[in-house]
Amino acid sequence: METFTYYPGCTLRTKAKDLDTYARSSAEALGIRLEEPADWQCCGGAYTTAKDEIATKLSAVRVLNSAKESGQPLVTVCSACHNVIKQTEYDISRDEEMASKVNNYLGLAEPYTGGTKVYHYLEMLRDVIGFDNLKEKVVNPFTGKKIAAYYGCLLLRPVKALAMDDPENPTIIEDFIRAIGGTPVIYAQRNECCGGYITMEDKAQAQKRSSAVMDSAKDMGAEMVITACPLCLYNLKKNSGSDLPVYYFTELLAEALGLKEGNHE
Amino acid sequence: MNKNLKEQVIRSSGVNVLKCMRCGKCSATCPSYDEMEYHPHQFVYMVEKGDIETLMKSDSIYKCLTCFACVDRCPRGVEPARVVEAVRLAAIRQQGGNHLKPTDIPGMLDEDLPQQAIVTAFRKYAK
Repeated sequence: METFTYYPGCTLRTKAKDLDTYARSSAEALGIRLEEPADWQCCGGAYTTAKDEIATKLSAVRVLNSAKESGQPLVTVCSACHNVIKQTEYDISRDEEMASKVNNYLGLAEPYTGGTKVYHYLEMLRDVIGFDNLKEKVVNPFTGKKIAAYYGCLLLRPVKALAMDDPENPTIIEDFIRAIGGTPVIYAQRNECCGGYITMEDKAQAQKRSSAVMDSAKDMGAEMVITACPLCLYNLKKNSGSDLPVYYFTELLAEALGLKEGNHE
Repeated sequence: MNKNLKEQVIRSSGVNVLKCMRCGKCSATCPSYDEMEYHPHQFVYMVEKGDIETLMKSDSIYKCLTCFACVDRCPRGVEPARVVEAVRLAAIRQQGGNHLKPTDIPGMLDEDLPQQAIVTAFRKYAK
């Protein structure tokens, strides 16, 4: 059984428990042990790209270093955490000035200058477990279900740091949908932003963005939309005005593996 | 033109604004285009000219969703979102410059709003 350091992030403990719970139970069923570090902190939700920002990047460095000290790869499931941690890893591996300022502050036993392998949970399914192996473990396939993958922005971009999939023609979630027996629906808005945090102060913009996504999925015949991001789920459900159901991909994974009661029939 | 501000924004963003070839693809792909007074390509031009205080006073700096569409779709690798971020930081790092205050939060909550929305808004809007 392979062990990963698992970083849940703030929202998976509260509003996005379904994203977390089913990620854990499914990993266990697939032979992966997830080990949560004792002292993780919130990633901050968005990566600050400015070169003169150091404090806003420290929580991501701490968890990267924690995985390094455990000798384990790091896995995250929330799109935002994944984005912040991968961009931090990319920059600290390449920007000596940033690495030096971070390490001057943290005073770690051994300076952290990159090296932890970071996976999104979907990448772990694809690259460690393998979608073919996942398919063999499916007991409740989503046969005939037309499922739209919603990538949004944070899973894919910026591609040089995220390096997860083709940012314009991604396939990882569609391949996941096929592995659990469903039929992926391709639609134009699958990798465009849902509005994100703008819902805090400009509901109209969040409504415009999220309804564009949901209408695009529905137009192409989707029966449900799946996502890896709690804020996408919120916008697509609350701000889009669409009646199309939205779920976390981990809910479908657990259901396909027979670990969760079905609610999609 | 404020030379110090220009230098600060260029250093903080790490962007070479001279690489821009004026194609406008960043603004064409921006999901906040309609909400912005100044669009991503204009941020790049105006920073090049040193006209930064105009941008700092515009609400456009709070409309960028940090979706990185302009970053990955720029054919010249200019990465306009980094410029927007640097200008926004120049604005919110000023004394009293916070665009969002903790006392604003209770009025924005609903039972489903994820913590992620609140922490991200603070990261983008306040120091």
